[in-house]
Amino acid sequence: MGENVKVVRDATCTFCGCVCDDMHLTVDLDHKRITKAENACILGKAWFREHAIEERPLALIGGRPATTEAAVEAAAQILARARFPLIYGLSDTTCEAQRVAVAIADMIGGTVDTTTSVCHGPSGIAFEGVGESTASLGEIKNRADLVVFWGGNPAEAHPRLFSRYSVTPKGMFIPNGRKDRTVVLVDVRRTPSTPAADIFIQVKPRSDFEVLWALRALVRGRRVDPSIERRTGVSLTVLEDLVARMKSCRFGVFLFGMGLTMNRGRHFNSGALLALTTDLNEFTHWVAKPVRGHGNVTGADNVVSWQTGFPFGVNFSRGYPRFNPGEFTSVDLLTRGEADAALIIASDPADNFPKAAIEHLRRIPVITLDPKATPTTQLAQVAFTTATYGINVSGTVYRMDDVPITLRPAFESPYPSDEQVLTAIRDRVRALLGGNRLPAGAPVAAAS
Amino acid sequence: MPEMMTLIGGRSSKQGTTLCASKLGAEYAEISSTVEMNVEDMARLGLSNNSKVRLRTPVGEAILRCKGRETKDLPPGILFMTYGPLSSQLMAGDTAGSGMPISKNLDVEVEPIRDESGA
Repeated sequence: MGENVKVVRDATCTFCGCVCDDMHLTVDLDHKRITKAENACILGKAWFREHAIEERPLALIGGRPATTEAAVEAAAQILARARFPLIYGLSDTTCEAQRVAVAIADMIGGTVDTTTSVCHGPSGIAFEGVGESTASLGEIKNRADLVVFWGGNPAEAHPRLFSRYSVTPKGMFIPNGRKDRTVVLVDVRRTPSTPAADIFIQVKPRSDFEVLWALRALVRGRRVDPSIERRTGVSLTVLEDLVARMKSCRFGVFLFGMGLTMNRGRHFNSGALLALTTDLNEFTHWVAKPVRGHGNVTGADNVVSWQTGFPFGVNFSRGYPRFNPGEFTSVDLLTRGEADAALIIASDPADNFPKAAIEHLRRIPVITLDPKATPTTQLAQVAFTTATYGINVSGTVYRMDDVPITLRPAFESPYPSDEQVLTAIRDRVRALLGGNRLPAGAPVAAAS
Repeated sequence: MPEMMTLIGGRSSKQGTTLCASKLGAEYAEISSTVEMNVEDMARLGLSNNSKVRLRTPVGEAILRCKGRETKDLPPGILFMTYGPLSSQLMAGDTAGSGMPISKNLDVEVEPIRDESGA
């Protein structure tokens, strides 16, 4: 530990969508690292510990060290020449940076998509079709006496979702904390989250929709055949017991994960859960919240929605925003080989996209912004090293319940922020194009 | 003779802490190249912890090391692995018009690799 130490109180962890804003950080300013993160979970401790300043070039062009300015020029040239460029990622950066990324997409007539499309994108589609009965995590903490986790493993992915908001904390109308709540976990396998539940319901893989639809029927007083157990692994008795609890609680919440969205049925699964939530509101108060993964993926949904009217997968090639999952979403654009350049911000698709999509990323010029070296930065033509949001950079992020939180950085980075790099790229692209690129045949008036 | 099983991709806390350090390090590679399998399935296939298996889907294949899980934790016929470069090899790019590729409950062929070199 160096001599120059400071404590940052109530800092924010941006590892996951819980965005816990009660971190007390001890910062070694001499060595530019965080030595202690009080209140952090195991993931948060690793997040703060592992984001010290690394000795990396400011940028790489074709794998060779370069200045940020040279890399901005190279990136702008790629984007200005591209005919169907993709801008992707954005879930681990500030809303301020996200806003600039959308502006670039608009300017170059490209597509802007976020990690939502491979996360809760199907839930976003379901929201549009079914609607959303929602609440803040604070309301859930203070009111929910029946908590149902469906298709997720918060103990490993969002540890403080249990301890800060939904299982153990005492709330205004939940004075005894855990004792006042009934916790149900629905999943295809036992996980470290299972011991937190009073009731564990193990469903067969690919049968979430059937279980949710049977619950809808039972809530409405319809008959369900006992053969439901053979199809889903869940007996009618268990379903009836759950329905009785759901109809008689004071405030119920579904916290649902990607066991629904990454599975057969996708948005139909999320839609079934949201429809069940609506049904239950005829009897008592129920809400449903998707449990979000990255620290500002919810901000990405908000920013892209403010600016385009749609949450993800938005294309500007006609000069106005169009939303069409499957057409303008990243996996599709890459798997079909349509994108001819990609700007990847704070994301690592080369580590988790389908094989065919990664193969296309290897064929096109890729620009990356990331504090760390990743499989995606390794395949990039232009790779910027950027400062870490929340640790080196202030700004705004959105918690998974759409509550905005201002970041309190711990120490300065020698690297620029994502927002600074994107702003420089935007300005240079604008100069190269002479303004927004307009599609052929656009009305003349639009150019003025 | 390969067997068909159902593969679930997901996250783990160990993966989460490791990726903060580096996705290019040996630890992340080890975590993302391990597949959890029901112990009864492993016994039937003649596998033990750290045995190698080849998982294959219509789009690709990957070689991983096994880790046994009791039946109460992981039912027979179900596999679990964390997302990473090897799970990507098994995922199809088709999203059925949703933007979301299927990464949970993939049908995979499971084939034990008897030669420890993996050849």
